[in-house]
Amino acid sequence: MSHGHAEVLTTHEVHHDEHGAHHHHQSFVSKYIFSQDHKIIAKQFLITGMIWAIIGGLMSVLFRLQLGYPDQSFPWLEDILGNWARGGKITPENYYALVTMHGTILVFFVLTGGLSGTFANFLIPLQVGARDMASPMMNMLSYWFFFGGSIVMLSSLFIQTGPFSGGWTAYPPLSALGDASPGSKTGMDLWITSMALFVVSSLLGGLNYISTVLNLRTKGMSMTRLPLTIWALFFTAVLGVLSFPVLLSGFILLLFDRHGGTSFYLSDIYIAATNQALPNEGGSAILYQHLFWFLGHPEVYIILLPAMGMASEILSVNSRKPIFGYMAMVGSMFAITILAFLVWAHHMFVTGLNPFLGSVFVLLTLLIAVPSAIKVFNWLTTIWKANIKFTPGMLFALGFVSLFISGGLTGIFLGNSTLDIHLHDTYFVIAHFHIVMGVSAFFGMFAGIYHWFPKMYGRYMNNTLAYIHFWVTLIGAYLIFWPMHYEGLAGMPRRYLDYSNWSSFNQFGDLNKFISTVAMIVFAIQLLFVFNFFYSIWKGRKVTTQNPWGATTLEWTAPIHPGHGNWEGEIPEVHRWAYDYNKDDRDFIPQTEPISANESKH
Amino acid sequence: MTTTGLFLLAILALGFLITFQIAKASEYVSVLKGEKKSFEQNNRINGFLMVVFLVLGIIGVYWCNKALYPKTLMPYPSASEHGENIDTMLKITLLITGIVFFITQILLFWFAYKYQYSDKRKAFYYPHNNKLEVLWTTVPAIALCTLVGFGLYYWFKITGEAPQDAMQVEITGRQFGWIYRYPGKDNTFGKKYFRMIDEANGNMLGMLWKDSTMQTPNGIQNLKADPTGFDDVITTTAMVLVKDQPVKLIINSRDVIHDVGLPHFRLKMDAVPGTPTTLWFTPKYTTEEMKKITNNPNFEYEIACDQMCGNGHYSMKGLIKVVKRDEFILWRAKQEPSYKPATDVAPASPASPAPNPGAVDTTAHDATGALVPQATIASKK
Repeated sequence: MSHGHAEVLTTHEVHHDEHGAHHHHQSFVSKYIFSQDHKIIAKQFLITGMIWAIIGGLMSVLFRLQLGYPDQSFPWLEDILGNWARGGKITPENYYALVTMHGTILVFFVLTGGLSGTFANFLIPLQVGARDMASPMMNMLSYWFFFGGSIVMLSSLFIQTGPFSGGWTAYPPLSALGDASPGSKTGMDLWITSMALFVVSSLLGGLNYISTVLNLRTKGMSMTRLPLTIWALFFTAVLGVLSFPVLLSGFILLLFDRHGGTSFYLSDIYIAATNQALPNEGGSAILYQHLFWFLGHPEVYIILLPAMGMASEILSVNSRKPIFGYMAMVGSMFAITILAFLVWAHHMFVTGLNPFLGSVFVLLTLLIAVPSAIKVFNWLTTIWKANIKFTPGMLFALGFVSLFISGGLTGIFLGNSTLDIHLHDTYFVIAHFHIVMGVSAFFGMFAGIYHWFPKMYGRYMNNTLAYIHFWVTLIGAYLIFWPMHYEGLAGMPRRYLDYSNWSSFNQFGDLNKFISTVAMIVFAIQLLFVFNFFYSIWKGRKVTTQNPWGATTLEWTAPIHPGHGNWEGEIPEVHRWAYDYNKDDRDFIPQTEPISANESKH
Repeated sequence: MTTTGLFLLAILALGFLITFQIAKASEYVSVLKGEKKSFEQNNRINGFLMVVFLVLGIIGVYWCNKALYPKTLMPYPSASEHGENIDTMLKITLLITGIVFFITQILLFWFAYKYQYSDKRKAFYYPHNNKLEVLWTTVPAIALCTLVGFGLYYWFKITGEAPQDAMQVEITGRQFGWIYRYPGKDNTFGKKYFRMIDEANGNMLGMLWKDSTMQTPNGIQNLKADPTGFDDVITTTAMVLVKDQPVKLIINSRDVIHDVGLPHFRLKMDAVPGTPTTLWFTPKYTTEEMKKITNNPNFEYEIACDQMCGNGHYSMKGLIKVVKRDEFILWRAKQEPSYKPATDVAPASPASPAPNPGAVDTTAHDATGALVPQATIASKK
């Protein structure tokens, strides 16, 4: 232990060392496990996120088996899941546990922790020109709280009453009453504990990202010279810091209701399973929904903004053109950040919300489509008259734009309360949010991984596998989610184990089978990506130039294998914005190059 | 694990291995060919695939629509007036978003194809254009305001007050089914209290059918029987509604949050324990008429629970039967009040403190007061 402590001190010294000379010896533990180097922490977040994505994705394959083949039994499921799949059929409690865990894992542990945890950590210091985060220690803690939360969540899968199974939004009274659902027993306590650790992790990380962006920018790096990735990650952190505490407060009240005998959310409840009327009176179940969605909606943008930022950057680099309308891009992200806090009740149009209040939220919700539209048109103009290099990163960035358009437009349906009355909680919603914040955020993440892999590991990922990965995933995503809109327009409710007893919804049997089959193929292709990732860490083609994509930003001025401290010698000074591509007949001008006297203005 | 399972896994693994070997080989080949040449080749392939994806995608959208549109609710008229408004709104939104969808997706993939890398061309340095940016801020803003305008017009129509002559039916969700209640001849719902629920004695809703005293966390409560509830009809079979007669649903839940989902009427509303909600609409077609309209002899108006409510959520089905007025009168006449005189519990002690009616009545507050003056089905009979 004392040894580890000494190591912490050495890394601290490096941080203060202006010349970044850091050829000191580090033990394996302090270098790769309890590391305070933002690049290692980023990789820790990424790999943990990937493991979670495989688990969460596998869960979706399992419940898609049930949805696609409701009358078939799969004896091998019993081998894997035991009692959860008696006779080779997924039981209702297992189905709902899988659905709930899939949502929780993908939304929080993959697309929040795995996405902004990875790229905020990796890119902020490298792109603003800092040796590390403002507080490397807090940064390390952020990962380990995330890890702790992960372990608690994972452990809930193995307890006797099963993990929480009341949907990822965990609405009480269902989530408050163990007698109403077995998943709401110990599973829910573990769920809350895990989420509390996750919130702590997210706050530690977020505060760090904000202070690093505000305080540790290198000389000349004014806010308006920041690459859009940094702006996006900055706004993401602001959203998280302001909204996650509200979520935590909602969880704490829920915990009181569960164990403290309070009635924040509970009132007038009779449980048939135990033949008992509960003592609680006067609580409001809707209060929880307000607290939850006050985070829950910004959460959508916490997931999306990093993907938007990375897509903007990657589109520009590979178009060999400046991003179109830089200030409009920053402005629209700012508008999204503000509006994200003012639209939460559009998830609650049919809860009995006051219709006038609902109408205010309709207006604000549809308003948020304006900055989104600006971004789409700016991306389209960025690739107009470009000279596009289809690197794997670029392909995924283009795919991101396509999916963002498709999923964003259906948001205009759901944000309009009149249509939401009909479409709320149907497959239309599933299709909408999977496309716009699930798959498209994944596309942003893949784009980021392919684009910055050379900086992370000094090697390339295999291109052919990447192309296969891209095309199969893009086509698969549309094949899975596009037809679901039609199921939604038939009023088919989400979160049903089996539709065969419903005369209104049983006409989609073949379609469900088709969707499940495609989902399995797409999942298998993701494993190919994971394989490519890990293989390339050790065996990928080596990067031989400092700046393989010909990009202007600072991370490509660092050595191919940057040490802790990122730059040897002085941190480079910045003289211009990040998007001088094909200006004055030059392919690109790095941010570090001073503006020359006869340069044209932009 | 069965042999078939192992076999499938083996095939999968083999597929992976082959794909990987090809990918690896192509990397070596590209090194031999020279990086520039292989880059150009890959770029052309991906650029070509962009336009292929666009074309096949548009064909796919058409084909998918052709195959699935008949299976949605859209080919048939909505069964309520509100639903017709919602369908109109849906069409307006579909039209506007559809146009935007096709324009932007075509531009995206067409640009990607057209402006793929070429030695001969230089990218156009085009960092911003204020006019363009103002244009695509204002045009979407105007389009969205139009949608908000239409949307809110219909929204207030749908969520507005129910007509005075609306019939009232109470629907209560529980794990995992629905309980329907009709007021009796007095057209007033009797009071109920959730602590009075007694499944064994047929009191599913906790009707105040008898005087009783009970210990609650708020102290001893003295509950007086409410005679207005003696003629209430409580059933779990189906909700029977009258064609062209507005109906106001008073929605309750006994345990967790449920949702009264009425896909054919295009409506839904949550059932929240402790907080009653309401929803009104006018059925336009009887169940029999809908069978003809949808060409489905088994057609039923199903109530689908649309809010995750536990492990039996998927089976929480209710039924609405829309009938003609005379059929309704006939049905209503056959219904027995659900009131059962108390036999098992001793009557309340008169010495207990006075009851607190406010704390006791958990029926919707708007249900009781407004009911009396209304013209009703029962009195018409």
